[in-house]
Amino acid sequence: MVSTFKNFDPDKVWTILEEVKDPEIPVLSIVDLGIAREVKDAKDGRLEVVISPTYSGCPAMYMLEEQIRETLTRHGFPDHQVTTSLSPAWTTDWMTEKGKRKLEAYGIAPPEKTTSNKAMLFGGQKKISCPQCKSDNTEQISEFGSTACKALYRCLDCKEPFDYFKCI
Amino acid sequence: MTELSSNTLSKKDALVQYAAQIGDNGLIIGHRMSEWCFRAPSLEMEMALMNCALDLIGQARELYSYAGTAGGDGRTEDDFAYLRDEIDFRNALLAEAPNGDWGDTIVRLFFMSAYNKLFFTALARSKDKELAAIGAKSLKEVVYHLRFSSEWLIRLGDGTAESRRRVQNSIDNLWMFTGELFTLNDAEKSLLEDGIAVDVTALKADWDQMVDAVLEQATLKRPENDWAQSGGKAEGRHTEHFGYILTDLQFMQRRYPGCEW
Repeated sequence: MVSTFKNFDPDKVWTILEEVKDPEIPVLSIVDLGIAREVKDAKDGRLEVVISPTYSGCPAMYMLEEQIRETLTRHGFPDHQVTTSLSPAWTTDWMTEKGKRKLEAYGIAPPEKTTSNKAMLFGGQKKISCPQCKSDNTEQISEFGSTACKALYRCLDCKEPFDYFKCI
Repeated sequence: MTELSSNTLSKKDALVQYAAQIGDNGLIIGHRMSEWCFRAPSLEMEMALMNCALDLIGQARELYSYAGTAGGDGRTEDDFAYLRDEIDFRNALLAEAPNGDWGDTIVRLFFMSAYNKLFFTALARSKDKELAAIGAKSLKEVVYHLRFSSEWLIRLGDGTAESRRRVQNSIDNLWMFTGELFTLNDAEKSLLEDGIAVDVTALKADWDQMVDAVLEQATLKRPENDWAQSGGKAEGRHTEHFGYILTDLQFMQRRYPGCEW
């Protein structure tokens, strides 16, 4: 691909964006989460960062946008633009493998790949491994957890409750 | 308030109203569910309702922001939520029904989520790119609401004699507000031919099928009388409960006009 970037090195910008962490899951950056979608030249020649919200009501989005602005400014890109893109809709498939491993080490079971059976009203419950003891003997407590993106599970072996990053 | 008709509504005004009225549905039912905060029967039930409310209010924010952009008059999402009066809100009356007991709240969410699933599936194919994007995103979220409310409906219907009696009562009471969901108002009629608005009349058969399947599993009866109360969506004529919602929702802006934080 021919690079047409004029005023910045995209690799450097992506590295800078790694510094912006999710306020609820501080081990994950917006790059790990797939929230940062694109780094490009805006029409007016400025640096443009395109982000995609996880859930419509995610209260972290405003804070993340502010953090992106602050971080870019601190690294010498005061003149930039952050735009939000809704389409295509964010999916957990965009989370990086590195991100999933960090998530599990942090104690949150990572999302599985999304399946095509969304039309089903009552799909069989997926088997989710306990992030503490790795047992598959777990059960769902609630499909809704401490944040919009998580469900609540418990491990029937080590008895620990845990969050599961649900896939959408 | 001037009488709105498809002849007098410009395409731009129709689009602004259309985006806003989809948002109205989400904001009002989302606000209703947020009233359960600190009052739900258990922590898990409360978190589930608050998660659903957050999705719906988030969707409303996207829609109001778009309505402001489409109108080009500098209105923001807050203007739509806080600075409009009762008659300007075009939500379906179902959204504003009081919380009642847990059964009433679950039935209201179930009827709305079954509709939302079909509606957002269709909106994702709108010729308006922004509405299509919001539709595709919202669909992922409302599928969770539909599953949650369906499971609860089955649990209550096929539960104890008391839970069954009460949730059947909720269904009977809210049934007359479901018909309005499938009526077209002037903004929708105006945008149908452009492929922007969803033809909601075409969603009714699928909605019936979805609702019947869950009611059957819940051993509950579908009411026979299909008479429908309408007014909210077509002309901003609301139930007596709506004014109380606005006094709560808009309190800060009414007490301290223009306040920001």
